[in-house]
Amino acid sequence: MGLSKETVREIYWMMLLARRLDERAWVLHRQGKIPFHISGIGHEAAQVGAAFALRRGYDWVTPYYRDLALMLCLGYTPRDFIIGLMGKREDPTSGGRQMPSHWSLRQANVVSHSAPVATQATHAAGIGLAIKLRKEDKVVLSTIGEGATSQGEWYEAVNWAAVRRLPVVFLVQNNKYAISVRSEMQMAVKSAADKACGLGLDGRSVDGSDLFAVYEMMCEAVENARSGMGPSLIEAQLYRITPHSSDDDDRSYRSREEVEEHKKRDPLLLARQTLESRGVITPKIVDEMEAQAKAMVDEAVKYAEKAPYPAVEEGAHPVYAEEIRHA
Amino acid sequence: MATKVVMPQLGESVVEGTVTQWLFQEGERVKEYEPLLEVNTDKVDTEIPSPTEGVLLKIVVPAGTTVRAGSVLAWIGEAGEDIPESDSSAVEPKPAPQEDVAFGEATRPMAATPPRPRRELGFISPVVAHLAQEHNVDLSQVRGSGMGGRITKRDVLNFSEERRTQSPPPAASPPGAPLESPAWETPGEGDLFRPTEMMFGEAKQPKTTPPQPPATERVIPLTPVRKAIADHMLLSKRTSAHVTTVMEADLQAVTQHLAAHKPVYARDNVRLTYTAYFVAAAVEALKEYRIFNASLTEKGLLLHPTVNIGVAVSLGEDGLIVPIIRHAEAISLLGLARAIADLAQRARNRQLKPEEVQGGTFSITNHGVGRSLFATPIINQPQCAILGVGVIQKRAVVIHDAIAIRPMVYLSLTFDHRIIDGAIADGFLAKVVERLENWR
Amino acid sequence: MPEMTLIEAIRTAMDEELGRDTSVFIVGEDVGQRGGVFRATQGLFEKYGAERVIDSPLAELSIVGVGIGAALYGMRPICEIQFADFIHPAFNQIVNEAAKMCYRSNGQWTVPMVIRAPYGGGISGGLYHSQSVEAFFAHVPGLKVIIPSNPYDAKGLLKAAVRDPNPVLFFEPKKGYRLIRGEVPEEEYTVPIGPARISRSGRDLSVFAYGMMHHYALQAAERLAEEDIQVEVVDLRTLYPVDKATILTSVHKTGKALIVYEDNLTGGYGAEIAAILAGEAFTDLDAPVQRLAGPDVPGVPFSHPLQEWFMPNPDKIAEAMRNLAAY
Repeated sequence: MGLSKETVREIYWMMLLARRLDERAWVLHRQGKIPFHISGIGHEAAQVGAAFALRRGYDWVTPYYRDLALMLCLGYTPRDFIIGLMGKREDPTSGGRQMPSHWSLRQANVVSHSAPVATQATHAAGIGLAIKLRKEDKVVLSTIGEGATSQGEWYEAVNWAAVRRLPVVFLVQNNKYAISVRSEMQMAVKSAADKACGLGLDGRSVDGSDLFAVYEMMCEAVENARSGMGPSLIEAQLYRITPHSSDDDDRSYRSREEVEEHKKRDPLLLARQTLESRGVITPKIVDEMEAQAKAMVDEAVKYAEKAPYPAVEEGAHPVYAEEIRHA
Repeated sequence: MATKVVMPQLGESVVEGTVTQWLFQEGERVKEYEPLLEVNTDKVDTEIPSPTEGVLLKIVVPAGTTVRAGSVLAWIGEAGEDIPESDSSAVEPKPAPQEDVAFGEATRPMAATPPRPRRELGFISPVVAHLAQEHNVDLSQVRGSGMGGRITKRDVLNFSEERRTQSPPPAASPPGAPLESPAWETPGEGDLFRPTEMMFGEAKQPKTTPPQPPATERVIPLTPVRKAIADHMLLSKRTSAHVTTVMEADLQAVTQHLAAHKPVYARDNVRLTYTAYFVAAAVEALKEYRIFNASLTEKGLLLHPTVNIGVAVSLGEDGLIVPIIRHAEAISLLGLARAIADLAQRARNRQLKPEEVQGGTFSITNHGVGRSLFATPIINQPQCAILGVGVIQKRAVVIHDAIAIRPMVYLSLTFDHRIIDGAIADGFLAKVVERLENWR
Repeated sequence: MPEMTLIEAIRTAMDEELGRDTSVFIVGEDVGQRGGVFRATQGLFEKYGAERVIDSPLAELSIVGVGIGAALYGMRPICEIQFADFIHPAFNQIVNEAAKMCYRSNGQWTVPMVIRAPYGGGISGGLYHSQSVEAFFAHVPGLKVIIPSNPYDAKGLLKAAVRDPNPVLFFEPKKGYRLIRGEVPEEEYTVPIGPARISRSGRDLSVFAYGMMHHYALQAAERLAEEDIQVEVVDLRTLYPVDKATILTSVHKTGKALIVYEDNLTGGYGAEIAAILAGEAFTDLDAPVQRLAGPDVPGVPFSHPLQEWFMPNPDKIAEAMRNLAAY
């Protein structure tokens, strides 16, 4: 696969750090210290696998709200995340204006997104169009959940990319549920990748809990896009281990047994088994990583708790580009 | 100090939760993040982790009780530690129905009592009531030309104008004293520059003093305007603690903007000048430093709700006049340029209306027209500061360690040190400079 | 100075901006070889090529969404919506994405984009080719909304809009495309976004209007001058942000105000002007503030007499002026 041991360890570290941060967010919520959290637990392999297929900081990304692990790979820090959860002034996505996990990171070419789902997909097509007009070799990664592929916006975006052969990779993270509605009720096709054949682009489905399978398929799609062969649609099949958000109680629509069954295919667990069997990591290395992750998360929480809120008058700006200096 | 355990807000719309079970007893020791109790809400059922490590000192809300999010559920601390009294009440009271709270807040005292029309006059519109009061017009003497005999704005203005032209001022009146409003006779209590066109008309009348024979000394009687200016200047010096601070501004950006927009504005028949930029920059600084848009009264500092900028216009030998740009905070650069040109033109033609020279909250004087570099202008009472603008000259300045030729200006700010400290004044003036230097 | 029609002025503005800045491109339905259904882009495809004048799929949402993406990348798209009536599918992209981008990302991202759309009735367009949509958008902080009434302003404002760093909606009174002619200088100029213009000075009452209704208001004012009623006509030009100062100054002078717009009456743009006058010009008022607008029916009906019943015209405006002057 052409990845060095160090890179593979880094990939595993990103998955682990994302998991521990996400778990702490749930705890902070139940402690009453943050108002909201939306989780990406179970999505880590798909996101990290996709991130490492990109030229990070060079290629462009239009993410969605479950992409914590993806964002960490693109330069987002534990402090950034906890600061965002608490709505503090330093929040690098929005200065405390947006809800948590509504990402934006200009220096990493990560575009700000909103809460209505699929709106970012047409932006990805537009960025792809601009790249093509400028005759550059950048690629756009546009991520989304399977529920959002029901939106007309998403079809319009994929259609644009297909018609104009734009350098966009559409990654659908199919976690089986759109809040409470199962994917069978979202689409009549077996896989969101099947939607590609009606739009005229390459569509493939991959085991989203298998880090290396995602990485390999993403590498191929990214290189196709970069070399002018046009867009791809990739569906990563995975499972949302947590409720939809901190407000959701998933016991009303799925059984504990079902969740427990899927936890056996927890991507973090699978990655550890594979990497240990290949000798890339050892229990000792993992223990060290765990200790480091806990220390980083603890530090981030302590830092964020002390960090200041935005001054109220900052709320008035910047509505227009002319006001940006006020911010 | 003991730490509160509070009912978290377990969802965007969740307002209350029920304690279903305590997982620890009072007196037991609990670790941070260890599940402490179970809670049920209409959105989720969940365990609540402990916010800290310590002894569960007191359970305030027993199992089975429903409380609002944010209520104190328990206290954790060190054994024997006291719990703050005021916060230990069991269940936060149900919120009182929000009767008219918002309404109460929104209701503010009106700036002035609305005039009550006399019934037999028919409907009196807001502007008619306003003008009648201002011009001392008895509306029962005005014939209405509007619908159903309604008295219109034009009727009041015509009536006032006819009265003015038909009845000359009584001989006993002091020359120059405005007739309609006796309050104006006391210049110290309001703006100095209140003269009406009548006042200037008076000043234009032929001199009554007979020619003086040549001598080493002679007396030139003061015109009413000169007398009023003299009185006011002295009054102002006695009233305020004048201090002046000076800064320099690079007008490169303004000059470029002016050159680019002058022809555009000209299409709207507006002459764009530097003055508009100085006014606009001052307005921005006034918005940030509200204290400069204030007056010191016996009751305390009176912050004015609107920014009314007086711009001094020289009338040559006849002194000067300071017409007011009202609501300058809401006026675009185009609007300011239009207002300045209009007011200056009419000031020189002696066509200003009385209300156009009253109620200023801040003044600007452009002494640079006489090539003055910087000055220490005197505050126009009851305002608390005045901005002086010097001559704009190309000067050599050092920018990024290179010598550049830039259009530069000195800005002098005289402020009333009774209410404004030097650092704040410098902050205000720096804001004006920053706005001008970063114009776009 | 050459005289041209409104549509020629708009075309010239786009031609000049395409020539000035290679980031500028046009995207919309039939804008390419067809030159637009109103011929607004006629000749531009031939002059600048298929990469600068782009025919989009027939889907308004993604014309705007793709435009936003390209703008985020640094391009300056001019999106053409064929009729303002068809802008509604793109409402989400305009209001939730373009308008909020700068604020929600705390100034990291801006959307320098123009959305052009022909609007207004009186052309036998029926319910779906006659709508006035400005009130929806003049409610949204983050957007700028412009409606020109004459060729000089149309060219100068459109060029200013293309250079503006914010999303600008540029609504064109399509009935006036070939009806309204005026002098347009050959040399380079722009008209600043923001200021209104007093297009006719008068002492008896103020009329506030824009687009086609401004054209009609001037005609009506000329008639009233023969009856010795001096009407001041203000062309609002930029609806958002609104030039309050010019409005207040005019009513301070005249004491009476009439607002004319061809949208439905209730909740239309004139309501905001009336509210400004009620709140900030109360003591200047010598008569109730009047609005003349279309009736509150769902759209402009097709059949000729029904359309005439709906639309304000110079006769109706003159009558409203007369009544207000007599008050």
